[in-house]
Amino acid sequence: MNLDLTIKIGGAAGQGLDTIGNVLSKSLLRSGFFVFSTQYYLSRIRGGHNTFQIRISDAEVRAMDENVDILIALDRTSVDRHLDEMSDGVVIVDRDVVELESEHDFIFHVPMLKIAKEVGGNKIYTNTVAAGAAMGLLCLDLNPLNEVLTSMFIKKGQEIIDSNLRVAKAGYDYVRENYPHGCKFNVSAPQAKRDRMLIAGNEAAGLGALAAGVQFMSAYPMTPSTGVLNYVAGHAGEFGVVVEQAEDEIAALNMALGASFTGARSMVTTAGGGFSLMVEALGLAGITETPVLIFLAQRPGPATGLPTMTEQGDLLFALHAAQGEFPRCILAPGTPNECFYMVAEAFNIAEKYQIPVFVMSDQYLADSLFTCDRFDTSRITIERHLLSDQELRIKHGDYRRYKFTPNGISSRALPGQEGVLVCADSDEHDEFGRIDESQENRIKMVDKRMKKLELLREEMNPPNLYGPRDAKLTLIGWGSTYGPLAEAVDMLNEEGHPANLLHFNYIYPMQAENVKEALARSKKRICVENNYTGQFARLLHAETGIAVSGRILRYDGLPFTPTSIIAALREKEVI
Amino acid sequence: MVSVEDYGEYETAWCPGCGDFNILKAVKAALANLAKPPSEVLMVSGIGQAGKLPQYLNCNFFNGLHGRTLPPATAAKLANHELTVIAVAGDGDCYGEGGNHLLHAIRRNPDITVLVHNNQIYGLTKGQASPTSERGMVSKIQKQGVFNNPLNPISLAISQDCSFVGRGYAGDVQHLTGLLMKAIQHRGLSLVDVLQPCVTFNKLNTFKWYSSRVYKMEEGEYPLDDRVKAFERSLEWGDRIPLGVFYTNEKPILEDNHEVLKVAPLIRHRPETGKANRLIEGFT
Repeated sequence: MNLDLTIKIGGAAGQGLDTIGNVLSKSLLRSGFFVFSTQYYLSRIRGGHNTFQIRISDAEVRAMDENVDILIALDRTSVDRHLDEMSDGVVIVDRDVVELESEHDFIFHVPMLKIAKEVGGNKIYTNTVAAGAAMGLLCLDLNPLNEVLTSMFIKKGQEIIDSNLRVAKAGYDYVRENYPHGCKFNVSAPQAKRDRMLIAGNEAAGLGALAAGVQFMSAYPMTPSTGVLNYVAGHAGEFGVVVEQAEDEIAALNMALGASFTGARSMVTTAGGGFSLMVEALGLAGITETPVLIFLAQRPGPATGLPTMTEQGDLLFALHAAQGEFPRCILAPGTPNECFYMVAEAFNIAEKYQIPVFVMSDQYLADSLFTCDRFDTSRITIERHLLSDQELRIKHGDYRRYKFTPNGISSRALPGQEGVLVCADSDEHDEFGRIDESQENRIKMVDKRMKKLELLREEMNPPNLYGPRDAKLTLIGWGSTYGPLAEAVDMLNEEGHPANLLHFNYIYPMQAENVKEALARSKKRICVENNYTGQFARLLHAETGIAVSGRILRYDGLPFTPTSIIAALREKEVI
Repeated sequence: MVSVEDYGEYETAWCPGCGDFNILKAVKAALANLAKPPSEVLMVSGIGQAGKLPQYLNCNFFNGLHGRTLPPATAAKLANHELTVIAVAGDGDCYGEGGNHLLHAIRRNPDITVLVHNNQIYGLTKGQASPTSERGMVSKIQKQGVFNNPLNPISLAISQDCSFVGRGYAGDVQHLTGLLMKAIQHRGLSLVDVLQPCVTFNKLNTFKWYSSRVYKMEEGEYPLDDRVKAFERSLEWGDRIPLGVFYTNEKPILEDNHEVLKVAPLIRHRPETGKANRLIEGFT
């Protein structure tokens, strides 16, 4: 990695940080860089202090860096708070707007408001000036930014596009002319590689759902899951999806079950608080054997907690939620790439095994922009596992929704198919779906449902090993921590501490033999999780008997960075 | 031809003499009269004595959670609007635990029938007050009598412009059958509140109590789309209790909003994975 730069944009909510951030991120991707962007924002519409951080490199980047090279400060707080994150960087600030007492040669004044008004004729162009200025400071070609602005404003007409391009160039030129020495970052754009994409976890999950043929989605908006709902709803008409905003999460999951029972591929999206309301219906999915995908984006709880921040605190909740015992499956993608393919796979698992399947994300994965290889829809299959009318005809009317079978899976017909009745019951029921409270039936039905887990367990992929196989130190993680952990492992190996990462994205049911095999060579196993109690380490122990030798836990609402992981390893004297 | 026999005969778990038997009779008769084959009918129910009704019918059913009949019924209709969807609930189920869903189902207006067995008491849990229990009714929990005002489901539904609002009585199967037929045929959400004596736990609102009070509204007393007149009539309760259709309107139904449903039921569409490629392009 030759180049590794971080640009931070700071300002108050309502100042349009995410617009500049997204425009710049996309422009830098188009310039050929690997880009990784994260947002830090508070739960408010106006004010507060928010940041948008963009890391660019000519090699793959999977996490954020704590060192800032370019700070675009839209308010005074940004300067006060983030100056000490810079070692040898530059601040871009409009001193006409932001009052600063100090004069430093690394503070570059760019009259963004003045340029916006004079060149664009409106102060709303301030952010585009800032984006142009940033491209100028990096001495990059302006074309990628022009392209991004053009496609962004295409619906608003040529006049708006032209004004944006003019002010972007003015910001760019201002910096090139007034701060020619700013080009010290020595950035040269790598050869553009257009088969990469820049995408957040939420959008990738929504895209995965659309590609996998979701037909019905019901949800109640809740940060950080709302992006998936927005994305699918935004394309619902074109893809023929029925999206229903429910009155509450209780209704949301009950709706999804009604639609799924009737034959629609169905999912809900929610966060922990909303999922708390879904718990009874989760059990209903369990006993009625109704397939459903629950996309659960975590945030710090309990109750309202930290609404806009990140945590991995709901794993054991998802695993144990609802009264009684029934099979379920939990997947936890580590990147948007995995979000895309795993959402699609989750639908197939749900419909094959007729169980609820969780795809667990969190605010960090939901909102951060990752550079990914272009998603390949030909890798996605839609497997419905439904009886055709013809198959039903062969049964001559003898259809039993909950027929006892060797693997516990009963074939699924739909209400409305000729000659059959499909009955589902939240009470314990017989093979036909009608109430049966006898002990004999109860045992057989529980056995039948739980048996499905055995077959599913065999189909679950083993954890992914990253780094040298024989390293003595193994970092263990699950879900969204993949990126920071992989980078931490790279850093450890570069520093002469042989280490690897065992990353879990197929969480439950867990195949103990696979995991034992993968961990056989490591002497020290450190589980790194974004929670207080080390939930995954507890699950790992329960399922495999393997105890970890240490835990690194973070529950301040922020994601791990590679350097924070290394620092924690030092503090614990692991290295 | 569809006959009442096609809807089957099952042994029930209801108390002898329960009003539910007559409701079951009326449901079978209404469906047979409308020539609805059992395989095209989906009953969605909650939990309670009312929620058991689909168990005693030959038809498709989804017997879900207490209070949650309307969300799955609404979604089932969206998934396959060729099905005749009937949600069955009790007063505790639909007006208590699931009260919020009723408000929002009325707002959405799916083309489903909501059949509420209103016995003004909790039967399955053995005799506690329900949202429609009379003020002052003494129960095991409400030892000093019920403090709260009873909910008036008819007024509530009319106030929210529910598409079809009617009241039947379990003591008059023939009238109830006719009412249910109208409700099922009506395009939009039809609420049918059925006064149903609970012979075991409600010693106040008995067959005798209801029979001496109920009367059938005459057709043409007021235009059925006159919401104010309908609301006024809905307030009548006590010595005289009106039965029949209170209010109807012809507003668009939930299914009308989705283009995809105009071609075929949702479940008959065959999604293609490659369709997402165009969206993927936008992220490069």
